[in-house]
Amino acid sequence: MNSWILDNFWAHFAVFTIVILAFVIIGVMAFIYVERRGFGPFQLRRGPNRAGPFGILQPIADAIKVLLKEDVVPDRADKVLHTLGPVIVFLPVLLIFAVIPFHGQIGGLIANLNVGIVYVAAISSLGVVGVFMAGWGSENKYSLIAAMRVVGAMISYEIPLVLSLVAVVLATGSLSMNGIATGHPLPMILLMPLGFLIFLAASMAEINRGPFDLLEADSELVAGFHIEYSGMKFAMFYLAEYGHALAMSAVAATVFMKGWVGPWDAYLGWFWFILKTLMIFVLLVWLRVTFPRMRIDQMMSFAWKFLLPMALINLLVVGIQVVAFGGDIPWWMMFINFGLAGVLILGWSKFFRPGGARVEYQV
Amino acid sequence: MSIKFERYGKGLAKGMVITLKHVLRPRITTQYPEERLNISRRFRGSDFVWDKDRCTGCATCAKSCLQGNITVVTSAGKENNYVVEEFEIDVGRCISCGLCVEACPYTALHFGLSYEKGTYRRGDLILGRDKLELTPASQPSGYDRPEFEVRLPKQTMLLDRAGRKRQK
Amino acid sequence: MKIDEAKTESVILEIPKAQPVMRDVEIIDTDAPGDDVFVLNMGPQHPSTHGVFRMRVTFSGELIEDMQPIFGYLHRGIEKLAETRTYTQFIPMTDRLSYLTSMANNHAYVVAVEKLAGIEVPERAEYIRVIMNELMRISSHLMAVGFFLNDLGCSVFTPLLYMYREREKLLDLFEMVCGARLTYNYMRIGGVSQDLPEEFLGYAKQFVKEMPSYIEEYEQLLAENEILLARTKGVGVLTPEMAVNSSASGPVLRASGIKWDLRKADPYSLYDRFDFDVPVGEIGDNYDRYRVRIEEMRQSLRILEQAIPQLPEGEVRTKVPQFLRPPKGEAYGRIETPQGELGFYLVSDGGIAPYRLHIRPPTLINVTALSEMVVGSLLADAIATFGSIDVCLGEIDR
Repeated sequence: MNSWILDNFWAHFAVFTIVILAFVIIGVMAFIYVERRGFGPFQLRRGPNRAGPFGILQPIADAIKVLLKEDVVPDRADKVLHTLGPVIVFLPVLLIFAVIPFHGQIGGLIANLNVGIVYVAAISSLGVVGVFMAGWGSENKYSLIAAMRVVGAMISYEIPLVLSLVAVVLATGSLSMNGIATGHPLPMILLMPLGFLIFLAASMAEINRGPFDLLEADSELVAGFHIEYSGMKFAMFYLAEYGHALAMSAVAATVFMKGWVGPWDAYLGWFWFILKTLMIFVLLVWLRVTFPRMRIDQMMSFAWKFLLPMALINLLVVGIQVVAFGGDIPWWMMFINFGLAGVLILGWSKFFRPGGARVEYQV
Repeated sequence: MSIKFERYGKGLAKGMVITLKHVLRPRITTQYPEERLNISRRFRGSDFVWDKDRCTGCATCAKSCLQGNITVVTSAGKENNYVVEEFEIDVGRCISCGLCVEACPYTALHFGLSYEKGTYRRGDLILGRDKLELTPASQPSGYDRPEFEVRLPKQTMLLDRAGRKRQK
Repeated sequence: MKIDEAKTESVILEIPKAQPVMRDVEIIDTDAPGDDVFVLNMGPQHPSTHGVFRMRVTFSGELIEDMQPIFGYLHRGIEKLAETRTYTQFIPMTDRLSYLTSMANNHAYVVAVEKLAGIEVPERAEYIRVIMNELMRISSHLMAVGFFLNDLGCSVFTPLLYMYREREKLLDLFEMVCGARLTYNYMRIGGVSQDLPEEFLGYAKQFVKEMPSYIEEYEQLLAENEILLARTKGVGVLTPEMAVNSSASGPVLRASGIKWDLRKADPYSLYDRFDFDVPVGEIGDNYDRYRVRIEEMRQSLRILEQAIPQLPEGEVRTKVPQFLRPPKGEAYGRIETPQGELGFYLVSDGGIAPYRLHIRPPTLINVTALSEMVVGSLLADAIATFGSIDVCLGEIDR
């Protein structure tokens, strides 16, 4: 790498901003393609296969179609909030990538923050403001309900998300993304499977996918918060949605699967990173394709009554292990942790009741 | 109704196994313009074939049509018969019920087999004699016409295609 | 004649103001300041209303306080159209009532006409009707369950598309028999329009053989799914009293625990010859309705297993004049369609067209209990409950 670029602050900033922007947009297109094409085999169909070879140009065709559409702003909408909403949703997604280590010891492309994971947790929850602005500013009842839901749900899921990350920080002894990736010889997904499951569930809620896509909820709320959006602004939401999925997959790959670390990672680091990100995303696609949607109150009780206690217990267990082994958890603890995770999930499931307005029929 | 209410995610895992199994199953969709299935031998559509030699102009078809789409204009012939001067079917209003084909006492009106009949103008949907007449090229459907049915190709069934790989 | 202008004016002034046509719908200005009700008009253009149904829902937060079903957006005047068509010509119209159960609609209508005119049906035709009806029931229940799951938020259609696969096989069978995939127009007064093609029975047998394994798969995919159970158990409860009082029928009634199936209670066609059970639910929630439909598919397969080998040879259609003139009188024919009791009430004045036709659509009557079922639950439950009734707007609005 050219040292001039790395040394000069502004050159560094400019070059890598463009790199990240390009990575996000290409990554989002790849993810859209992977998801739409990936739904095919799960559903006994082929998926998009007309635009280009194997339908590979489908995301581009989608993008062109969406960009050519008329930009409609409802007459009684709050014009400022309506316009700012998509921008504020999309911005944090880009900002997350500033600290994600793509390759080697350099760390994050723009800033190798020593508190990278705190930064990720803080930034990724900013998008909720934009979603709420869009929902409120659209002057539409469906989008208002979606906005009401999103504020409650996203803030709730922030807590187990952060707690599961804190456990990782304890085990690896570092707050920087690169330090977490290289901090422990074992990937965290093996060392603390419970933490990974909590992170997965919470981040799925955070990025509104799979069984937690309540704020879009197309069978109830038509399209949720972006019901009144079209054209460029809708494209921004779409970009932000998949960009957020990309970001969360990248964070999960870095934090729980050691990111770029792999065989020959001096040359192939970026490859391992992208491969692991893609693996997480395929898992998300698989989950989304299988499950029905949860109800808002069940989703909240899942966060507060299931994930939060689980995350606290996970934190406690990891903390005890860290203290007991002096900061370096031996590899054989992973068997104990797997067993513990199974016991905890089985045990707590017996107590957990997802509530409801007309409450669940007690058998 | 013996479903156990298990709460620890076993049901979720089972569901995921089922979706994963389907990845290995054969796809059931067809790529339409390139890949074409054989339609039913008794196909009912918006295409008609009219045999002018058999038609006596009795207009039973026109009477049986519940939409009143069929126009038959006849004049008196020399041998105490009708001469059909006009025979028109307004396919734009047709609901493809097949009552006219069934009603025809001289089996002169049949359904056709073609189905790509989109037009840009409504007027084109009124099929006159030139579009209806039985020619060597036209393919009458076997609806209520067993003599045509036996000659037509066999219908493609999904049961054949999807069942093949399930037989262990 | 000379008109006294002053008098005319007074007459005009006396004309009362136009009343709202639908008295039940009180008009609330939803944007009035200080008004703390949150009124949402779900539909007529909404992805989950199965057509053009409209729910006027009053919310407190997401909790439903009041719900009014409003329909009539798809009114086509089918009952009136019957008065200008002959008895035979109305059969294609019945296809357009509930377009997912066309075969059963045909059957209900021809049963009514045969009752009115006293027409005997050959035995083979009756068997074919039973086979077609049960195939139709499986197909319709597949769609009902699939769209119900879709309303629950299987947002990328996976279970629905699996069910489409099986329905596609059934549509192939129907297409083979009658040449159409949706509007079958197969039953005729005094029989069916044509005999079965020779290869039909083989395929039907194959379907009956394969289908149980697919039903098993749906069960594994969803019946134990914790999210599905949490979403459906105890939601949208229709009590047995309410179900009877609202004269609900079909799976909606049976899910409430009432064992009432016209195939058993008032056997038409040949249903008294077959051995099958009537599945009932326990409390009448969404889960029970889902389970009852799945169970009914299994029972339909049982009937098919018995009916296909028994199919006798013979005629499939009694000779009936093209312009049938039934004697003066009236008749009510009803059958158990997949959605409930579909009845046709016919009045004949001896002419070639019915003097009056009235349709008793099952889903219209089932949907009247909807507000009982959803008040007090959440927005998402209202959609799911509506989906669990299995409505078809073509039939509700007629």
